[in-house]
Amino acid sequence: MTNEEIIIAGFGGQGVLSMGKILAYSGIMQNLEVSWMPSYGPEMRGGTANVTVILSNERISSPILSAYDTAIILNQQSLDKFEPMVKPGGTLIYDDNGISVPPSRKDISVYLVQAAKAASEKNMSKIFNMIVLGGYLKVNPIVSLENVEAGLKKSLPERHHKLIPANIEGLKLGAEIIQKIR
Amino acid sequence: MGELRLMKGNEALAEAAIRAGVDAYYGYPITPQSEVMEYLMAANPIKTTGMVVLQAESEVASINMVYGAAGAGKKAMTSSSSPGVSLMQEGISYIAGAELPCVTVNVVRGGPGLGTIQPSQADYFQTVKGGGHGDYKLITLAPASVQEMADFLKLAFDLAFKYRNPAMILSDGVIGQMMEKVELFDPIPRRTDEEVKEQCPWATTGRKKGTPHRVITSLNLVASVQEAFNQKLQDKYAKIQENEVRCELINCDDAEYIIVAYGSSARTSMKAVDLARAKGIKAGLLRPQTLWPFPEKQIQALCAHAKGFLTVEMSAGQMVEDVRLAVNGKVPVQHYGRMGGMIASPGDILAALENFINSTK
Amino acid sequence: MAEELNINDIIKEENCVFKKTRLLTDKPLSFCPGCGHGVIHRITMEAIEELGIEEETIGIAPVGCAVLAYEFFDIDMQEAAHGRAPALATGIKRVYPKKYVFTYQGDGDLAAIGTAETMHSCNRGENILIIFVNNGIYGMTGGQMAPTTLEGAKTATCPYGRDVTTMGYPIRITELVAQLPGVRYVTRQSVHTPAAVRKAKAAIKKAFQYQSEGKQGTCFIEVVSNCNSGWKMTPSQANKWMEENTFKYYVPGDIKDDYKLLREVTNFNKEN
Repeated sequence: MTNEEIIIAGFGGQGVLSMGKILAYSGIMQNLEVSWMPSYGPEMRGGTANVTVILSNERISSPILSAYDTAIILNQQSLDKFEPMVKPGGTLIYDDNGISVPPSRKDISVYLVQAAKAASEKNMSKIFNMIVLGGYLKVNPIVSLENVEAGLKKSLPERHHKLIPANIEGLKLGAEIIQKIR
Repeated sequence: MGELRLMKGNEALAEAAIRAGVDAYYGYPITPQSEVMEYLMAANPIKTTGMVVLQAESEVASINMVYGAAGAGKKAMTSSSSPGVSLMQEGISYIAGAELPCVTVNVVRGGPGLGTIQPSQADYFQTVKGGGHGDYKLITLAPASVQEMADFLKLAFDLAFKYRNPAMILSDGVIGQMMEKVELFDPIPRRTDEEVKEQCPWATTGRKKGTPHRVITSLNLVASVQEAFNQKLQDKYAKIQENEVRCELINCDDAEYIIVAYGSSARTSMKAVDLARAKGIKAGLLRPQTLWPFPEKQIQALCAHAKGFLTVEMSAGQMVEDVRLAVNGKVPVQHYGRMGGMIASPGDILAALENFINSTK
Repeated sequence: MAEELNINDIIKEENCVFKKTRLLTDKPLSFCPGCGHGVIHRITMEAIEELGIEEETIGIAPVGCAVLAYEFFDIDMQEAAHGRAPALATGIKRVYPKKYVFTYQGDGDLAAIGTAETMHSCNRGENILIIFVNNGIYGMTGGQMAPTTLEGAKTATCPYGRDVTTMGYPIRITELVAQLPGVRYVTRQSVHTPAAVRKAKAAIKKAFQYQSEGKQGTCFIEVVSNCNSGWKMTPSQANKWMEENTFKYYVPGDIKDDYKLLREVTNFNKEN
């Protein structure tokens, strides 16, 4: 049975919400039930942004959660806030760019994806979020790469379809660079 | 199977409006529902279905534009959020008094006053107990998913025209802003002017020579005539109460403790029920889909085996009054909620349920 | 002794000098004797009858003395909330672009509580006709100050005369809307003499004809009128007072036609 409850959190502008949207669309392509619940409000403008994504093969009850199977964390504030909310035995994936106090919990799996570094090295900053997503899908291949591509096709306007191959490259790069810390 | 899309609740509602053959949307931007008009303006349905989309100068103007178009027999709607809906109350009262079908949507945010832009359910009283002046009722639908944002838009128009009564979709910031999979119903063509004339003989479409003129008004200067009109409204409301109650029962068959919640609170409560069942608590959820007419009978029926009802609302406790009226003292009823834009998590609700159960023992 | 007069001898067709338009119902008008509303009602309906557009016309009644306009106008009518008539008219016109839509409003309705709806309907250039009856007072509620009440004029809520330093100036909303590019035709008329009545009716007909052209552009007709009971005068005194006082501030005549201003409307100096 699939029931994956994910929080993706970082700064506004990092592509947090769109990463969640692509993941949710991929879930639909894989015949899953999905929900995508953003934090909305004043904090959206320049501050932190987060989105709760749920993928399940059953009807989804609450789109708002107090505990997560997976937390994908892209800044220190979000790490401080959401690390304690990962379920015991759950997964935390983070990019250490700008992180001064790394995750400390021992009862969860922790992965590092240095997506910001890779993106700037390879001049792929526009698809930074896809690198992160690729890392996540390596750890938990909840949706197939084909369905991510199908989801991108469905969610992006036709004029942006030429960007899809670059996005897929980003996913692959993320899968390569993600490393297990513990 | 209809077309599948990932959409925000606000977007699904807007798309459903186009597909339901709505003739006109008149609105004014306000968070957290501005996506409704943004989506409609981008879709530009005047070029496809002929649907009019107009940004008015205020919510006051929006609802009165709806009043005009509805009086002329067209399917007209507006949407807003709490402060804007307060401004519309005058127009809504007139529309109810003139017995016109239309749909208004409230994607509720925290109040009072300018309040907050985060989700809330504190406009329950305003919606189902009046809001504007006079004895009137709005058919009130409470969607709890993006799917229902789409489906209830169509249902709201069907009910509004069936009873010549305004309908309100009482949503909240969570349902408006979240994205889910939605299966869109197939488009229904807009009615032609001839069909409008045929289906709405009362509408002001231009008086034919030799026929009486049509008047859309809520004014009656003779008190006895106004009382008779009020009685006619009450008879209509009784019919709606009898025929149009909709609610969903989850795990209620053997439930000892029943959470009553609507909209996004029903979603968090659904999860809380799962958590409670996992702990061996016989919990269930009654989710009203119509807030007026309220599922009184369904609640009364559950009193046969329920030991208590807990309402979960993002308010200081509003719907709980209607639950208490329905339960009528047979078992304990309590309210749990957060206010001002705060959302109770499933864990919070479970804790409140456990406290409630302990308090009844 | 004179022969007894038989009513049937009088109402012969050949003796007919005036016939009420069939677009006015037989209900007795509810206006005070001497009030301009009755005449404005009549010429509005005559214009519609003569243009042959009654089956395609929808009118909006206001709140105020003309609140019962729908009882007298024998065409399809909607009754608006106070000040909201232009919003209703917009709502209807947008879904029926080929129908003729007009509002009939007083000064409190149009220029106080409904100012936003008035200005914005005109600013969008809604292809509707707004008939604005300005008698400088709230007649229906018993003679209180209107936004258009002249400086110094006494009403129930300015019993010592309108003091512009605390109560504001009489508003010339007609000159204001004339400046909006969406507005096509603006005129200020009156109905206090037979000649004025003929001119006012011609203006209303012209505005409906403009509407039939389907071009964008609001038509706005102010009819300066009297309120002899509110002003506490006889009808003839009221008309005389209007000529001597009201017309100096609210100057009759065409202000804008076919989108072109015909006179200076931007000079709102205090001494004016």
